[in-house]
Amino acid sequence: MKESLGTTGLILNEPLLWEKGKKGRRGFSLPRRDVETCYLSEDLAGGCPDFPDLSEVDVVRHYTRLSQWNFGVDTGMYPLGSCTMKYNPKTNERQASLPGLAGAHPLLPASLSQGALKLMFELERFLAEITGMDAVTLQPAAGAHGEFTGMLLIYAYHKSKGSRRSKIIVPDTAHGTNPASATLCGYQPVPVKSNEQGVLSPEAVAEVMDDDTAGIMVTNPNTLGLFEENIKKIAEIVHSKGGLVYCDGANMNAIMGIVHMGEIGIDVLHLNLHKTFSTPHGGGGPGSGPVCVRKHLEPFLPVPRVVEKSGRYFFSENLPESIGKMQAFYGNFGVMIKAYSYILSMGENLKKASQLAVLNANYIKEMLKEVFHLPYDRPCMHECVFSDKFQLAHKVTTLDMVKRLMDYGFHPPTIYFPLVVHGAIMIEPTETESKEDIDLFIEALKTIADEAKNNPELLHEAPGLSRVRRLDETAAARKPCLAG
Amino acid sequence: MRYLPHTKDDIASMLEIVGADNLDDLFSTIPEDCRRTGRLNLPELLSEWELNGFMGALSDNMAVSPEYKVFMGAGSYEHYIPASVSYLLGRSEFVTSYTPYQPEISQGTLQAIYEYQTLTSRLLGMEVANASIYDGATALAEALLMAIRITGRKKVAISSLIHPFYRRVVQTYFEPASYEIMELPYFDNGRTNISKLEEVDELAAVAVQSPNFFGCIENLKEIGEVTHGRNALFVTSFTEPLAYGFLKNPGSQGADIACGEGQSLGIPRSFGGPVLGMFAGKMKYVRSMPGRLVGKTVDMDGKRGFVLTLATREQHIRREKATSNICTNNSLCALAAAMYMASVGGTGMLELSQLNFDKSEYLKKELEKAGFRISFESPTFNEFVVEFPAGFETTYERLLEKKIVAGLPLAPYYPEFSNHYLLCVTETMDREDMDVLIREVKP
Repeated sequence: MKESLGTTGLILNEPLLWEKGKKGRRGFSLPRRDVETCYLSEDLAGGCPDFPDLSEVDVVRHYTRLSQWNFGVDTGMYPLGSCTMKYNPKTNERQASLPGLAGAHPLLPASLSQGALKLMFELERFLAEITGMDAVTLQPAAGAHGEFTGMLLIYAYHKSKGSRRSKIIVPDTAHGTNPASATLCGYQPVPVKSNEQGVLSPEAVAEVMDDDTAGIMVTNPNTLGLFEENIKKIAEIVHSKGGLVYCDGANMNAIMGIVHMGEIGIDVLHLNLHKTFSTPHGGGGPGSGPVCVRKHLEPFLPVPRVVEKSGRYFFSENLPESIGKMQAFYGNFGVMIKAYSYILSMGENLKKASQLAVLNANYIKEMLKEVFHLPYDRPCMHECVFSDKFQLAHKVTTLDMVKRLMDYGFHPPTIYFPLVVHGAIMIEPTETESKEDIDLFIEALKTIADEAKNNPELLHEAPGLSRVRRLDETAAARKPCLAG
Repeated sequence: MRYLPHTKDDIASMLEIVGADNLDDLFSTIPEDCRRTGRLNLPELLSEWELNGFMGALSDNMAVSPEYKVFMGAGSYEHYIPASVSYLLGRSEFVTSYTPYQPEISQGTLQAIYEYQTLTSRLLGMEVANASIYDGATALAEALLMAIRITGRKKVAISSLIHPFYRRVVQTYFEPASYEIMELPYFDNGRTNISKLEEVDELAAVAVQSPNFFGCIENLKEIGEVTHGRNALFVTSFTEPLAYGFLKNPGSQGADIACGEGQSLGIPRSFGGPVLGMFAGKMKYVRSMPGRLVGKTVDMDGKRGFVLTLATREQHIRREKATSNICTNNSLCALAAAMYMASVGGTGMLELSQLNFDKSEYLKKELEKAGFRISFESPTFNEFVVEFPAGFETTYERLLEKKIVAGLPLAPYYPEFSNHYLLCVTETMDREDMDVLIREVKP
């Protein structure tokens, strides 16, 4: 193959924070004291916290060295399935740090916060347009928080009709957050299997849908990267029994400008701004999980809501049927700024982004399907799912192969998910990867498939170039050491 | 479009491999009646330079310091953020990485979060802290759900001096399960009155906030003892973690779970989010804790390293039986807090907390000298309530025009306190700023 991206280079060791520093150092410029010292009664006052004292240089080197042990989208291709690790535009970061937006107190009077209110109002309208839904709340902090919000909306809807249903249908391909969010809302998840084509069949849904079932949670496109083609029929079945259709929009990056979610029978949908709308994942968050609804669920949305009157914006608490508050304030505004800036930068190109995301995934699928087992050989959306079936013969697993991928300079795909595929390798390239980078990725995986045949030991030992080798996760869980 | 690298030739050659004639063909598995017919109705795209102008105008339409003097806290505080913290936090290896599920190439995030967990545990005097929750309010809701899981009881007692928005979030979380919430009233001195606890049985938890919404420091030790006497878990909440730079920490006062808002620790207010839900507890309850945890371990060669651990509590493993549905958390905010705590240091935290305390004491005393009544006599940190004369709304409006936000009117949250205002002062407020405020509010 061409020269591999993965190489060795000088990175530095770095101890834990409290293994460095000396008492009396400081990395912070204490403001001038212009008032007298006051005393607090002894029964309330404690000592200073047991933190190390470090200079500014100590802190800067510490985190710079740590950062160099990390792999990010800016480092290289990060094809994590269902995570949409697309490029995070730098201008978005700039906008989010504008002093008027980053420095704003959330309880400022409306007259002093028109900029933020307008941004939120317009972002809601943009997301409604992109999804084809009627109303949006930006309050949920992340995808799972959006799911919980959605469940509460469904709960409130049924309650307003005087009924309290106890179950909700969750397909076996769902993200783990789906059943967990449903349970948090008191619903018992009822599993339903996808068919041999990897999608839900209307019959399977009809079999479990009844008057005690609040609705269904579908992920569309689903976690196998397939469009749930029976969605309209399924929605009809669920609606006919008085239920509602929740759509996990984690995979919305495949269908912007292509599917109108409102018209295919979705009642409530959450988005992940940190996936589809290019905001960074930050090593695990913060995200933002707006929830989009059809008209009939609007009265139940969280408060406060941003409203507009004669070109002025303000918050309204006047929503008597609202489910309440999901966060102390209005959601992750800093993340909303980035998504808003992305949408303004992209305009109608959002559709192009979806098209190219789907093109990239199908290209990878075609190029690798001879080398890796492809459980569902049909056109995919934005991601494709392989398994380690061919390589198991050489006693090489998915884990071994993706660890080896690190040595070639790529972040591993999502593995062992969805659960319906044994040894799943779920690849989502996103639209921001170029053909050259994807070709290199394909070549690396083909090389690894050869290595699996000819040198399996190499894969069992992988990765070899990373700062640490495989870690003992069993020991970590058996005798947890969670603080130093 | 600069984020889309495909040339026409790239698209053509890839379509050929895929066996599609054009980009629309890629969506052939989507039934015709599920396709969108119209175009996306979005504004015409902006160039980077146009975007800068447009966003700059939105930003200019906001009232922020230093132009405005905002004497308002109530769960969101202005503190200085060192340039080094903002700079380090912008390192794209941290910003553009995912949750560290692949530890070999995520050691930076993992060690940093392990350090955050450690510093948080030390600040709060607890044994273990998780990698973060969304914000202070959701952290409280999760803490109470955790107490309900541990005790198997379905009723909690919550101080009415916990941030009103936090209590509303708890209500939202509790609604479908119909868990019972009992509100504890307050004394005239601005502290929680727990005498009602004697009348109830089967409590899962008692929750108080300190410093509370009125800024008053609660007597945690006493409340903790009574709580434990009722066999309930003691949950302490906070909105201003900087207070624990010099107050006795919750752990030393008997807290079983300490949780709250970490925004003060190096995170901009950002109109309320993203902020940082801090969550810490006793080690014996760790398997009931929500959220991610990073643990120390070794690699195949015996070298120190870090991994996500105890994942069997979490949704991606346990699904409907998970301790919480949380997945994405506020990791980068936790990193900011760790960087901030490391920069300020132990000695610095004490000095900075003391300075914050002293500044607010100054304003308090000057207001008293000017003839206003401080509403509650209990000691406060950073924030306090003052009673202004009837009709102060007009003065408040006039001050807004002078670019001074004279605190938060309390009446919308506590109708019994019309004309009372919650004022906040941090290290960012100069004595001169406070003197101006006094001059302006003086009758």
